[in-house]
Amino acid sequence: MKRYGWTVSSWGIALALTLPVLALIVESLLPAEDIFRHLWASVLPAYIGNTFWLVLLVMGLSLLFGLPAAWLMAMCELPGRRLLQWALILPLAMPSYIVAFVYTDLLDYSGPVQLALRDWFGWQSATDYYFPPIRTLGGAALVMGLVLYPYVYLLGRTAFLEQSTSLVQSSRLLGCSPWQSFRRVSLPLARPAIAVGMSLVAMETLAEFGTVNFFAVNTLTTAVYDTWLGYGSLQAAAKISAIMLLVVMVLLSLERMSRKRQQVFQKSMGHEQETGYRLTGVRKWAALGFCWSLVALGFLLPFVILCYHAVRYFDRAWNARFFEYSLNSLLLSAVVAVLALAMALLLGMTHRLKGKRHTVLPLRLASMGYALPGTVLAIGVLVPLTMMDFAINDLALWLGLPEPGLLLTGTMTAIAFGYLVRFGAMAIGAVESSLNKVSPSLDMVTQTMGYGPAAMIWRVHLPLIRKGMLAGALLVFIECMKELPAALLLRPFNFQTLATYVYQFVSDEQLELGALPAIVIVLVGLIPLIFLNRSLEQHH
Amino acid sequence: MTKTFFLSAAALLASSFTAQAFAEEVNVYSNRQEFLIKPILDTFTQETGIDVNLVFIKDGMGERLEREGRLSPADLVLTVDVSRLMDVVDKDLTQAVQSEVLEANIPAQYRDADGKWFALTTRARAIYSSVERVGKRDDITYEELADPKYKGKICTRSGKHPYNVALTASMIAEHGSEYTKNWLQGLKDNLARKPQGGDRDQVKAIKDGVCDYALGNSYYYGVMLTNDDQRPWAESAYINFPNQGDRGTHVNISAVAMTKHAKNKDAALKLMEFLAGDEAQHLYASANHEYPVKPGVEPSELVNSWGEFKADTLPLTEVAKHAKEAIKLVDEVKYDL
Repeated sequence: MKRYGWTVSSWGIALALTLPVLALIVESLLPAEDIFRHLWASVLPAYIGNTFWLVLLVMGLSLLFGLPAAWLMAMCELPGRRLLQWALILPLAMPSYIVAFVYTDLLDYSGPVQLALRDWFGWQSATDYYFPPIRTLGGAALVMGLVLYPYVYLLGRTAFLEQSTSLVQSSRLLGCSPWQSFRRVSLPLARPAIAVGMSLVAMETLAEFGTVNFFAVNTLTTAVYDTWLGYGSLQAAAKISAIMLLVVMVLLSLERMSRKRQQVFQKSMGHEQETGYRLTGVRKWAALGFCWSLVALGFLLPFVILCYHAVRYFDRAWNARFFEYSLNSLLLSAVVAVLALAMALLLGMTHRLKGKRHTVLPLRLASMGYALPGTVLAIGVLVPLTMMDFAINDLALWLGLPEPGLLLTGTMTAIAFGYLVRFGAMAIGAVESSLNKVSPSLDMVTQTMGYGPAAMIWRVHLPLIRKGMLAGALLVFIECMKELPAALLLRPFNFQTLATYVYQFVSDEQLELGALPAIVIVLVGLIPLIFLNRSLEQHH
Repeated sequence: MTKTFFLSAAALLASSFTAQAFAEEVNVYSNRQEFLIKPILDTFTQETGIDVNLVFIKDGMGERLEREGRLSPADLVLTVDVSRLMDVVDKDLTQAVQSEVLEANIPAQYRDADGKWFALTTRARAIYSSVERVGKRDDITYEELADPKYKGKICTRSGKHPYNVALTASMIAEHGSEYTKNWLQGLKDNLARKPQGGDRDQVKAIKDGVCDYALGNSYYYGVMLTNDDQRPWAESAYINFPNQGDRGTHVNISAVAMTKHAKNKDAALKLMEFLAGDEAQHLYASANHEYPVKPGVEPSELVNSWGEFKADTLPLTEVAKHAKEAIKLVDEVKYDL
């Protein structure tokens, strides 16, 4: 039994996390009237097109923003680098629907920017000038790119930092220019991490609803919502979700296959010594300008606007409910982050200890929930959990005990489980990519010395992947703070998170009143980011 | 650190159990925002000592109730739109309520014959017109918005928003499916921009000169007029009640219903009767600038100042019947694309 403990428990976790997805797949196999045919004939092709371009554009933009920033921060000496390298993560703490609200408000025809332009130049109407319309696919992609690039940046930078300097030095000694050494050594080594970052971006984009809604861009998520809530067909909605899920799986497998043969291990962790490139002149200013623009557009500008509203409406927003909801959000996010990390470690270590084939499946299965839109996920969570609730109550009745009621779906359990399903992938991805860099020869050495698996994990692996673990847990924490659609459906009575509280105002077009709690979401998100950065710093 | 978190989480869980076990209380699922109804519910608690627990559920209330079945903690549902209400009623998730108070206070067309739902307030789907470029249009109809003479002059939110779906459904009930499809196509062709934003954004667009006419609910006029930042938007537009020459203006409702498996029936009924009473009717309607359903209760002064109008008497259940057909037509003419 002991020998199978690892495998059994990781399969157990994986299956538990797959329950919502399975529920949806079962649902999608039920007949769905003729809604599907009707959708194909009318709007679905356009939605698919929009989704395709949006995901592609957002991925492209995240790479364009995140990768250079990651490399600059990991490899180059720049004035103010210490500040800049964590400022670049800040957009992550900003819920994207708030950034979307701010930018549509700002750049719309009636927004202050166009108003000022009309004032200056004396233009009378929209026909007098051209201004790129913000509520378009391009606008949505730009804003989402600005909010999501930190995934690529964060994982990319960690990967660059974890690379052994001796490799870069060797490549330079062998005659590579900095660019060649980047392209031929650093980039291939960082590719797994960047790939994880990009897939996070892609899945976030695919599952996004609030933001695309602000930009009046109809995607597959719109179709899921419409069919479920408008046409009232969960089956048709589940069918569309299942197709989306399939696409994600195919993309991920393709990506994994493409680097299957690539097995790279590093003998050392981190830089033995500082060998940053020292940028000067134009290069220095270009690098600084690039990085600071990202910070300014993705974080500072929306944050300043939030602060402006928060100050103006402070009296109305500062109350007991606000404190209560802050505490709720903190607790929930912390609990989920810890659980997600524990889960990721178990799954990752099982995969490492037990070889490849049959242990990689639980790892992939457990990550599937991330691609589900929040509302769909919530339904997927409700289906199996209410079934369990009924089983528990029936059992109580049979035993002659009073019915306990909704023990799972009527409490925080449902929402916490939902978050684990949705964000577990982040912890798993982070732990996995860190573990992959630990050479198997270390395992062999440890085993030769007579350590059992537990001791090996505790004394060898955990210290080596500490940064990856922390990064994973913090990403989960921040996402839980911001998450909205699943929280709206899964929270029990008298329980609000900050996100649902803010959303009440935003959905009523009164962001002003929600500005203060929105700032708290951001600030609370900042604290773990600072910790994260300090731990990365201490290594050097 | 972690230990404290776990302990507090456990305490929070435990308190959520105990809170549900004692004291007289009512559990409410609502798709109306907490800050709009909380004051009224607080008044109820002060007067009766009955606690009201509230969950704001914007979407998927029917799904959730259906899944929870007999274990559902909800006693009442509050909805803000007739098709969402009928979704819950049609899934057989509500129960009939017999109450002399409710029957006396709420006119027959605003409640279910069997007592499965009761409307609390009504609002009109108005057509806003630019003060500067159009003026007051008392003679306007929904039908004429599809006339090519309005090309490039109209703004609306998404065609699939429940408020627009209900209007389109009422057009189907009045004119049939084919006429309505052509009407939607005509309306789409007249749009000044792709459907976007909320009802208030359309009035703002009138102020900015993007369009001359906009579809929007009546209460938004009140919301804008009482908000310093938004008053200029409202002042740039007149509110017109369409179809006064024929069937009257399309109205939608907010409503309350008792869930099929309500556990606190007595307390829930008390709350329903309270919501239909003079005090709550006035509070409820004026908090959101709507029209009370109880005859004799005046709307707020502000709402009264917009003048009286004739409301479409078509039963709302009839409207809800055509909701899915309406969404289908919206998709077919690709209204939002």
